[in-house]
Amino acid sequence: MTVETTELSLPSRIDTVAAAAAAVAEFVGRSGIGDDAAFGIDMAVREAVTNAVLHGNRQDEDKTVEIILKSLPDAVEISVHDQGPGFHPEEVPDPTAPENILKTSGRGIFFMRSFMDEVDWSIRPGGGTTVRMLKRR
Amino acid sequence: MGELNINERQAGDVTVLDMSGKITIGEGSVALRTAIRRLLEEGKKRILLNLAGVSYIDSSGIGELVSSYTAINKESGQLKLLNLTQKLQDLLTITKLLTVFDVYESEAEALNSFK
Repeated sequence: MTVETTELSLPSRIDTVAAAAAAVAEFVGRSGIGDDAAFGIDMAVREAVTNAVLHGNRQDEDKTVEIILKSLPDAVEISVHDQGPGFHPEEVPDPTAPENILKTSGRGIFFMRSFMDEVDWSIRPGGGTTVRMLKRR
Repeated sequence: MGELNINERQAGDVTVLDMSGKITIGEGSVALRTAIRRLLEEGKKRILLNLAGVSYIDSSGIGELVSSYTAINKESGQLKLLNLTQKLQDLLTITKLLTVFDVYESEAEALNSFK
């Protein structure tokens, strides 16, 4: 049973990351999630939205980032959808491998997986990538 | 007031940057990059980042710390970190960067470590 659902549609700009994080923090606050889990959700959402704005929509302001927040009885589920060409998460190198530790980027997906209980990607009919993330209560 | 505030002071030949706010994509990361570049241009290559007031950092901010570290090393300088919050320390641990950075909890100890 879904307790509460909120949908956001935001422009493909860098400042959308902070706007999304603020909206999610407010939603998470209402959902009765603990501080540690809320911190992890905040980290993961910022990384997911950053990826959607930069790599998915490539800051094309004609494209939007859609975020769906669901407060479920046992978890909070967050989906971030972009209108980009899609990507293969398995092709992203492990940022903790010795040869990658000093790279200046490539840690976003690692953080999302570190802080959420489930993370998966799908290509939506009609185009774009959706990342769905779940944090259990 | 910006997302990240950086106050510069000199302790002998070490430049200390007292930072407060967020090092995140956009303004915060850019502020750190700009400050480090300026110090290197001024020939200040011994830099201690006091991160006590940094409440939040994302992967972009972590990337900027790495970028600062490599830029300073390239100029034969030294970058050290002081007063990490528990959350930042956790992030550096899981990314295995805690083994890369020279990290201190005491400013006196950090300043003495510059050779």
